[in-house]
Amino acid sequence: MDTKVHVRVFVPGDATACALGSDAVAAAIGAAASSRGVGLELIRNGSRGAFWLEPLVEVETAEGRMAYGPVSIADVAGLFAAGFPGPAEHPLALGPVNGIDWLASQQRLTFGRAGWTDPLSLDDYRAQGGYAGLDRALGMSAQQIVDEIKESGLRGRGGAAFPTGIKWQTVRDAPGERKFVVCNADEGDSGTFADRLLMESDPYQLIEGMTIAGLAVGAAEGFIYLRSEYPHCKTVLTEALNRAERAGYVGDNVGGSGRPFRIELRIGAGAYICGEETSLLDSLEGKRGLVRYKPPLPAHQGLLGLPTLINNVLSLAAATTIMAEGAARYRDFGSGRSRGTLTVQLAGNIKRGGLVEIPFGLTLRDLVMGYGGGTASGRPLRAVQLGGPLGSYLPEALLDTPLDYEAMAAAGGMLGHGGVVVFDDTVDMAQQARFAMEFCALESCGKCTPCRVGSARGVEILDRVIAGRDREQNLQVLEDLCATMVDGSLCAMGGLTPYPVRSALKHFPEDFR
Amino acid sequence: MTAAAVALQEIVDAAVDAHRGRIGALLPVLHEIQDKLGHVPPDAVPMIAQALNLSRAEVHGVMSFYHDFRAEPAGEHTVHLCRAEACQAMGARALERHVQARLGIGFGETTKNGLFTLEPVYCLGNCACPPSIRINDELHARVSPEKFDELIARLEAAG
Repeated sequence: MDTKVHVRVFVPGDATACALGSDAVAAAIGAAASSRGVGLELIRNGSRGAFWLEPLVEVETAEGRMAYGPVSIADVAGLFAAGFPGPAEHPLALGPVNGIDWLASQQRLTFGRAGWTDPLSLDDYRAQGGYAGLDRALGMSAQQIVDEIKESGLRGRGGAAFPTGIKWQTVRDAPGERKFVVCNADEGDSGTFADRLLMESDPYQLIEGMTIAGLAVGAAEGFIYLRSEYPHCKTVLTEALNRAERAGYVGDNVGGSGRPFRIELRIGAGAYICGEETSLLDSLEGKRGLVRYKPPLPAHQGLLGLPTLINNVLSLAAATTIMAEGAARYRDFGSGRSRGTLTVQLAGNIKRGGLVEIPFGLTLRDLVMGYGGGTASGRPLRAVQLGGPLGSYLPEALLDTPLDYEAMAAAGGMLGHGGVVVFDDTVDMAQQARFAMEFCALESCGKCTPCRVGSARGVEILDRVIAGRDREQNLQVLEDLCATMVDGSLCAMGGLTPYPVRSALKHFPEDFR
Repeated sequence: MTAAAVALQEIVDAAVDAHRGRIGALLPVLHEIQDKLGHVPPDAVPMIAQALNLSRAEVHGVMSFYHDFRAEPAGEHTVHLCRAEACQAMGARALERHVQARLGIGFGETTKNGLFTLEPVYCLGNCACPPSIRINDELHARVSPEKFDELIARLEAAG
């Protein structure tokens, strides 16, 4: 083999790419290269989130990275026959990756590095601007860091959209020597995978963001609470944390500053409710994940009753961009009170599914029809569920609603964590409404009655409606039940479950007859 | 103590020692034991309670609250079938019927030959390429009934 030929070939290794066969594709490329005497360096990069093109194989050239996708094992021999990894005329050739409009038209801030490099390489991370935010933060006072986050206008990306800077300030101002930073990586909403993609494709960004948060609020201990359904992500994060510690980015002396910040990875155990922040805290304490009353806020009395900052993965990651590039630059993206970029995940019955990071203010139609290309089945789109299993079902007619927190709320929807699940015209919306109640019954922590009992009754009532028994009376009871759940539940689980139910009834009444 | 009880005590002690002093050690300890044995035997509950200074009720409460922890052994391969919305939109309900018929078991059950346990899961984070299943720690995308049969046949052939 001519070892002087040094072509770098990238085959993504995130969970979705692997689920689509990228491990086998990588092995086949390696074997084909050996047997042909082609010298290449195979790199398992993260994914760019263009999942409809995965496995998306890239070759480094003087003209930039050339993309091929979606590549299956069966395509590998043909690619080599066409000249791969050199310039190859092949039906799967997509040209320069920077020229793929689906990616090029996005505004990647948080996901700017995803897919470019080996996610575990600290050198690659630094070469692409990583740790610039922490470097700047180490030269600032804690209050200056908090002020910077406040000025950026960043709002929590987990779903509730609470102003992040105000939360940081509250924890910083809370009295006490011992405080915690907790990253909520219990991404349980169906239709969402942004946290997973970030942690698998750019894990140091989360680690850096948590470290900045620790400096800002005065915490020396951090926890990442990761759901157990993400074993691949666990492997990546475990190794990333080890390497960050060996390099001195976390530990007793962060970046040589003399200040400590340690991060421990904790794995959930298959309870959706643990994505609710107070339930997550109970779970971290080794208990059943029961929702707590608020107040006291976790910022005042969180883990072990001590001041605790809990943020979503993407909120903490955004802190690195804000610190590296300044609050003003981050603020410049967005519209109204929704600042920065919006991360949306196109999921379900969609032709071009994946992760889209765009400025706030585009419409749902731009996303679903433009980026998404409509349904995967080719049938007419009937409904879109926005914001996870607790989000409303919207009909085609509401697709022109702009995507920002306020405009969506006015249309009866919520952005939540940015999950967009598309359904075609074969969907039975009465079954979807029933599932919302069923899911709540399965996953309710059981602490409050409206959620624990209401969801079980909701399933029964919907079964009667679907069977056509006393339809009008049962729909009246269902409406009363929904009102009780919204008004009387302790947290968003019971409080929002009526949203998919009511929206299905409102926009698709014909399915309940 | 029987030999089996002594062996179990050793496993519990090792798990507890690995996580002693940690905040909320119970979940990591349960994970550690289940990773080793495939389940957390009922006999381990009083041992864990004793070692962590908890009541048996507290340990049992945590075990039964979380879907992941199981008191009975699972089959050789655990099939996690996603039942959540993004997968529903691409035929997960039909896939669910097919999987149950193919394996001849319902959720939470194990095939007679001990090869497969079927568990429901609500989202595997693979929502752009549904429907999704996870077999042990391996994720599979766009799983049609035919693709499922191939995956299962491969595992059956391997024994």
